[in-house]
Amino acid sequence: MSLLKENSNYNSLVEYCLRIADDRMILGQVLAESCGHLPMLEEDIAITNISLDLIGQATSFYEYSAELLGNGETADNLVFFRGEREFKNILLVEQDNSDFAYLIVKQFLFDSFDLLFMEALTKSQNEQFAAIAAKAYKESLYHFRHTKSWVIRLGDGTDESNSKINEALEFLWMYVGEMFEIDEVEESLIKENIAVNTNLFKEKWLTLINDTFKEATLSMPNINDFMQTGGRKGRHTECLGHILAEMQYIPRAYPTANW
Amino acid sequence: MNKTNSNIIDEDYINQFPDEIKDIWNTLENVKDPEIPNMSVIDMAILREVNVVDNNLEVIITPTYSGCPAIQVIESDVNLELQKKYSKVYNKITVKSRLAPAWSTDWMPQSSKEKFMEAKISPPVGSSDDNLFKILNHNPEIICPHCNSKDTIMQSFFGSTACKSLYKCNNCLMPFDYFKCH
Repeated sequence: MSLLKENSNYNSLVEYCLRIADDRMILGQVLAESCGHLPMLEEDIAITNISLDLIGQATSFYEYSAELLGNGETADNLVFFRGEREFKNILLVEQDNSDFAYLIVKQFLFDSFDLLFMEALTKSQNEQFAAIAAKAYKESLYHFRHTKSWVIRLGDGTDESNSKINEALEFLWMYVGEMFEIDEVEESLIKENIAVNTNLFKEKWLTLINDTFKEATLSMPNINDFMQTGGRKGRHTECLGHILAEMQYIPRAYPTANW
Repeated sequence: MNKTNSNIIDEDYINQFPDEIKDIWNTLENVKDPEIPNMSVIDMAILREVNVVDNNLEVIITPTYSGCPAIQVIESDVNLELQKKYSKVYNKITVKSRLAPAWSTDWMPQSSKEKFMEAKISPPVGSSDDNLFKILNHNPEIICPHCNSKDTIMQSFFGSTACKSLYKCNNCLMPFDYFKCH
């Protein structure tokens, strides 16, 4: 491990791995919060299944991060004992699921991206990334299929469902820009074919969601609109603090507690 | 032999090993999936390799879904079963989890599909090997495990566990689980 640490890309690799983990952990945690509040039992089951997949994927990435960091670092530590500024998830995933339309739109925007992201990550030169991605890719297909069907049902549903999903899309759209940001951390890893160059599938993603929006009778927002940024640098919206407060309360109150 | 077939571990595959290894495989037949108690870790294609090197026993398993809560139980059950029988035989016993290649229902032998039917779960249809995008538009014909009718309808894509969908039979009206192709 010490040899690896001398490599300039070591820090980037850890950072990149944590970003992927944080995106899925926070998204999964917020999804799990809606358990018991969804419109019907089947949806409760579906959403918690998706949440479980995401937290499972995050666990694999956290375990790998912990292995890279060494010194007894653990996945649990990374999840429960880091503060807001240390979480590097994109802002989209931490937004409140204010109502069902917000939950579905947010999940759809992420799932459609995740599908293409995981497919690309299976080709990573980093074997661990490629292995986790191979499994996650299959799962993301099922997630996408599910949320896509809801976008169509709500968009092409009643006047009320259509206005709610439009409102959610209008609000959440400013957070999609971050999915395609590439900074120096990712640049160096892209050169070595370790990280995914998200810009290579940006057009494909736009087509993918545009096709669904058409079917849902929703108008496609403009990708060149103003976009929020900051998550990758640890600058978050108000939402993340509340999520962490709930997620981290028990381990912080009882740090030595065990299963 | 194509790539998919070589991943299938059935009786013929196990029988090619020397008695010592065969015995370990057969012992692990006793470890069942906690969610589907008539399916063993071999039926579920979770158990991938059994190796004995320098009197150390190593067993390799591949988890099914990323968030499957059963996998930790399975891992510890495998370990327990091996300790019970072989702790005096081998110097060291380890159970390793391997992610790549990713687990697939394509690895399940024909006999698993029959066991699924016995458990009143409809077995996976089709292969996840070819273009996975097909899954998106793929609505396979699912057989009712109660009356074998093909007149069935999906109730919920996500079922009681991550690996299953909920279906209903229009013929006998029974609800049932379908084990998703993955």
